[in-house]
Amino acid sequence: MSTAEHRIKSMLNIHYFASIREALNKQEEHLELPETVSSVGDLIDYLITASPEAASIFNSDRSILIAVNQIVASRANILQPDDEVAFFPPMTGG
Amino acid sequence: MISVQEQDFDLGAEYSLLRESAGDAGAITIFTGLVREIYDQSQTDDSKVNFLYLEHYPGMTEKSLQSIVDQANTKWSLLATRLVHRVGHLSPRDQIVFVGTASAHRQDAFDAAQFIMDYLKNKAPFWKKQGANESAVWIESRDSDEAALLKWD
Repeated sequence: MSTAEHRIKSMLNIHYFASIREALNKQEEHLELPETVSSVGDLIDYLITASPEAASIFNSDRSILIAVNQIVASRANILQPDDEVAFFPPMTGG
Repeated sequence: MISVQEQDFDLGAEYSLLRESAGDAGAITIFTGLVREIYDQSQTDDSKVNFLYLEHYPGMTEKSLQSIVDQANTKWSLLATRLVHRVGHLSPRDQIVFVGTASAHRQDAFDAAQFIMDYLKNKAPFWKKQGANESAVWIESRDSDEAALLKWD
């Protein structure tokens, strides 16, 4: 696979919801998967270094839930190209 | 059947739909959740809720609700289920959620309806923002809602 093809296939779609979305002032972003990122935990570390807003949220003691491809996941989840990752607070439906 | 929608629902129509699809059911339980004006004891009259905004995660919401209904179907003998959850802008006293379950005997319908409600409070990606006067805050999840799930283990 050429480098260009590899890049095209290594995008992540990240979604933010509710209080996390408001704190970041961002609903979603498309990110080329950095080489240092293989798990959700790595992605969080990457986001923290990439923006002070993300750092203040992910380093705070607020509870943040994770979904990968619309299924609840954890920091240990390994990411694949084209995965959809979401960060949100505890759910309050009903 | 599951619906996630902005518009209100008609209780009679939902009940009829459930009854028609339930075949030879002996019991139907229906539950309706409403938006409250006084959300907790600390609120005073001048901090009454005047709006509620419900955000969700399109796609994951429907999958999560289907998974909850599927779990209910493995635990109890159900002849039909109906789940409607509203999203978007709501006002106090509005209907917010409808759960209907049908079964041959009443206990299955009662238990399954309660199970579905307990689970969707915590396990479906909905978030409530509540407004009072000029301010609006995201509602925090309650430990009591989390604890409610333990009884189904």
